[in-house]
Amino acid sequence: MAEKLIRVLVAKPGLDGHDRGAKVVARALRDAGMEVIYTGLRQTPEQIAAAAVQEDVNVVCLSLLSGAHNHLFPKVVQLLKEKDAGDILVVGGGVIPDADIPYLKENGIAEIFTPGTPTSKAIEFITSHVQ
Amino acid sequence: MELLKEARNGNKRAIARLITLAESEAEEASHALQQLYAYTGGAHIVGITGPPGSGKSTLTDKIVKKLRKEDKKVAILAVDPTSPFTGGAILGDRVRMSDLNLDEGVYIRSLGTRGKLGGLSKAVHYATKILDACDYDYIFIETVGVGQSEVDIVKTADTTIVVMVPGLGDDIQAIKAGILEIGDLFIVNKSDRDGANRLSIELQMMLDLNAVKSEWTPPINMTVASKSEGVDEVVEKIKNHFVYLQESGELTVRRRQRLETEIIDLVIQKLTTYMTKKMSKEGSYEEELNRVFNKETDPYTLVNKMLNESLK
Repeated sequence: MAEKLIRVLVAKPGLDGHDRGAKVVARALRDAGMEVIYTGLRQTPEQIAAAAVQEDVNVVCLSLLSGAHNHLFPKVVQLLKEKDAGDILVVGGGVIPDADIPYLKENGIAEIFTPGTPTSKAIEFITSHVQ
Repeated sequence: MELLKEARNGNKRAIARLITLAESEAEEASHALQQLYAYTGGAHIVGITGPPGSGKSTLTDKIVKKLRKEDKKVAILAVDPTSPFTGGAILGDRVRMSDLNLDEGVYIRSLGTRGKLGGLSKAVHYATKILDACDYDYIFIETVGVGQSEVDIVKTADTTIVVMVPGLGDDIQAIKAGILEIGDLFIVNKSDRDGANRLSIELQMMLDLNAVKSEWTPPINMTVASKSEGVDEVVEKIKNHFVYLQESGELTVRRRQRLETEIIDLVIQKLTTYMTKKMSKEGSYEEELNRVFNKETDPYTLVNKMLNESLK
């Protein structure tokens, strides 16, 4: 009975105390039958990468509303690669200007979900992109 | 087996992969599990249970930090419930332990209960064995102590800690749930709150009523985990209990008993998996069910028939 269960880490990097969005996403993913590990607020990229490795997740969802995404998101991707965990899918969400999205995608963030995205879209993306 | 070698060298990615594979009963895992069994037995396994919000994760965090000062390698298995409706779960115990993420000597893994068929005990069993073989000195298993499966998990530990908090009417809850019998150590957490002393006294009275069956008298410790108060004493008691287990010979007895239940559990689970698969493969099952439903036959005849056919 090796049914494949998708494990997701939902993380809040940096100095940002608003996790309502992250919790909505966590809940939606749970209701879609995934195992969601929530890290809590104000995590460093190092903490997030370490948690992702220990939990052996398939996906890391980063949520950020503070504006530091161009710095923090690629850093998580880079640390995962260093830990031999570059196969983990990394997606991001939050208040992210359209202009920044190409840069983030170039740096290994598979997809960015901005405010107003239906949770079903994120679920669909994750389900179809997890190896 | 490359993965096993990597894991035993302390590569957390490899340990994590191995646990995932074992949890999903993958082919690769069973070989690794067979090989690593010889290396198990060195870890002190500590179960921590108590009602939601009693401070288990915070307490675990503080206990582990203390043990890390003594340079012990520590693993934590944090169990949270899986939704029986969607199969999904939110595992949030890491929130209280995020300082430990970057500690090389600590491994934290969140596990969902994954519902039926004893999935939880199986996952915890495999994960414990893997971590034990990877030379962790302590393995903490943290579960919400409300259901039978959680109590079963805790029973697999060498030392079981029951965490209580004032204000939940816990004195009565304690007799109801039978957790008085499973605790080797009791903790009244959030003891700066009203009612902590009363809870401690009531607990003591209840424990005094237990039929004497061992040399070990379960101590009751008062803690305020969020402020690290009383944590050093708890660590002391955990160690004392292990010394007691070793010196009294009870460790051997407990582990021997545990082995027996583990093996029976695994056999039952394999059989269940086998039967469920077999029954869903053979189309006749649905038909038979309809026959029972229409009172053409009865459930007991069907069960006997199914059993006889599959054991042929």
